[in-house]
Amino acid sequence: MSDKLVKISAVKKSYGSHEVLRGVDLEVNRGEVMCILGPSGSGKSTLLRCVNHLERIDSGRIEVDGELIGYRRKGKGLQELRDSELVAQRQKIGMVFQRFNLFPHMTALENVTIGPVLVGKLSKVAANERAAELLQKVGLADRMGHYPGHLSGGQQQRVAIARALANRPDLMLFDEPTSALDPELVGEVLEVMRRLADTGMTMMIVTHEMYFAREVADTVVVMEAGSIVEQGPAREVLENPQHSRTAAFLDHVK
Amino acid sequence: MTVTSEVSAEKPSGIVYPRRNYPQIVATVLVVLVLALIARALFSNDNFQWNVVREYFFSASILDGLWMTIKLTVIAVFIGSVLGVPLAVMRQSANPAVRYFAFGYVWFFRGTPLLVQLVFWFNIALLFPILTIKVPFGPTLFSEQTNTLVTPLIAAVLALGLNQAAYTAEIVRAGLISVDTGQTEAASAIGMTKTQTLRKIVLPQAMRVIIPPLASETINMLKVTSLVSVISLGDLLYSAQAIYQANYRVIPLLLVASIWYLLLVTVLSFGQYYLERHFSRGYQDLRRPPAEEPAAAEPGR
Repeated sequence: MSDKLVKISAVKKSYGSHEVLRGVDLEVNRGEVMCILGPSGSGKSTLLRCVNHLERIDSGRIEVDGELIGYRRKGKGLQELRDSELVAQRQKIGMVFQRFNLFPHMTALENVTIGPVLVGKLSKVAANERAAELLQKVGLADRMGHYPGHLSGGQQQRVAIARALANRPDLMLFDEPTSALDPELVGEVLEVMRRLADTGMTMMIVTHEMYFAREVADTVVVMEAGSIVEQGPAREVLENPQHSRTAAFLDHVK
Repeated sequence: MTVTSEVSAEKPSGIVYPRRNYPQIVATVLVVLVLALIARALFSNDNFQWNVVREYFFSASILDGLWMTIKLTVIAVFIGSVLGVPLAVMRQSANPAVRYFAFGYVWFFRGTPLLVQLVFWFNIALLFPILTIKVPFGPTLFSEQTNTLVTPLIAAVLALGLNQAAYTAEIVRAGLISVDTGQTEAASAIGMTKTQTLRKIVLPQAMRVIIPPLASETINMLKVTSLVSVISLGDLLYSAQAIYQANYRVIPLLLVASIWYLLLVTVLSFGQYYLERHFSRGYQDLRRPPAEEPAAAEPGR
């Protein structure tokens, strides 16, 4: 069992003529909490979405827990995996979206149980137990029967985190989890994320929350225009940026 | 201080009374009056021959025709839906051959008049006198005269069903594209396959957009089935026509048919209401939040 949970090697991606990722190399250790920062258009969300193959890559490779994600080796190149093969890989990776993306026609509990039941093949009883436990951990035990439309943004995002955790993933991806929230609701979500980090979960978080990055993250990665501009321990990068572009970005955000 | 005590003596109770809407009251009275006048014009007019209407309303041939109309509507809508959903999914397939086939189907069956399609299927034996199913270069599994196989009823069902599938496909497609892409992303992210996503996440949400136009199509189909009278299939309209061609009581018999159609449409409309309500779970606009913890429910704290 390797120490490195995520290995991103020379990943390139373009949308037509626009190069979004220009050869990105990145490694994430087991248990590491990594925050990815950068201006919009820098490719950070795209990179995150490539990790669980929500986006295709044009070249390079991404490995999670030693397994090549989204593709299999075929001759000299890579061939995309079938839908059914991707399922197994995605079970090990949980993702939380900026706009929550909860299933509006299901209650909070049903949102969390659908993964384990359909994908993990758990019995309804076992799935309900696990979901109840997770919802309690995110502080929503009393809202299990509510529909997303009747929950506040912060509550919805916490349900979304519980849903992502339902398959017991090894890796959690957060794509700007608090960007769509009212300021007073941001805290409750960050608190859940902090407690998750304390349990030793490996997390990759695209965010603008600098305070969170400094206090909770182990590593900070700064991206700009499709490349990694700087990376290192959180405190160091945020307080002593080496690169001029990093410094400029951080000043801008402050 | 005198100012405050004067104000407090005249303080209003704070309860909101609705303002009397005089224009609305006048309009309501007018509408009721007009409806009453129309009703009187209809029901006291002997030319409508309401006694004949009553005589034939529950007659055997009318009821047979009614049953045929209901059967045709149900089967046609059923075939239309069973074919329409896969067609709609095919329209969004990554495979171009599949996409073009679905597009071509919709183009053709929407592009030719239903009446023509009906007559065509009715006369299919002219083009294909014998229907055979064979294993290529092997034994014949099935062979039959087309005329025996394709009865007028089968022809009607084929024409109505295949035609309806084209319209249903477009309605379902509208529903599918109305679902936010974030939903499919979230479903994929938790490891659901494309089929699971379609069945459990996308289609249920698409239903909110699909049901109203589909219900309209069904209600429409009730009347469209009357076209089968041109191939002499005994539906409600054909039965009414057969009677008035014999006894010349045209208006009363048409009234019989029309009232039955209206009744069926009313029943279907109720069905539509309940279906829409079922698929609106989670979307209701609750002006008050649902039952909360005791602390929140206590006023004034």
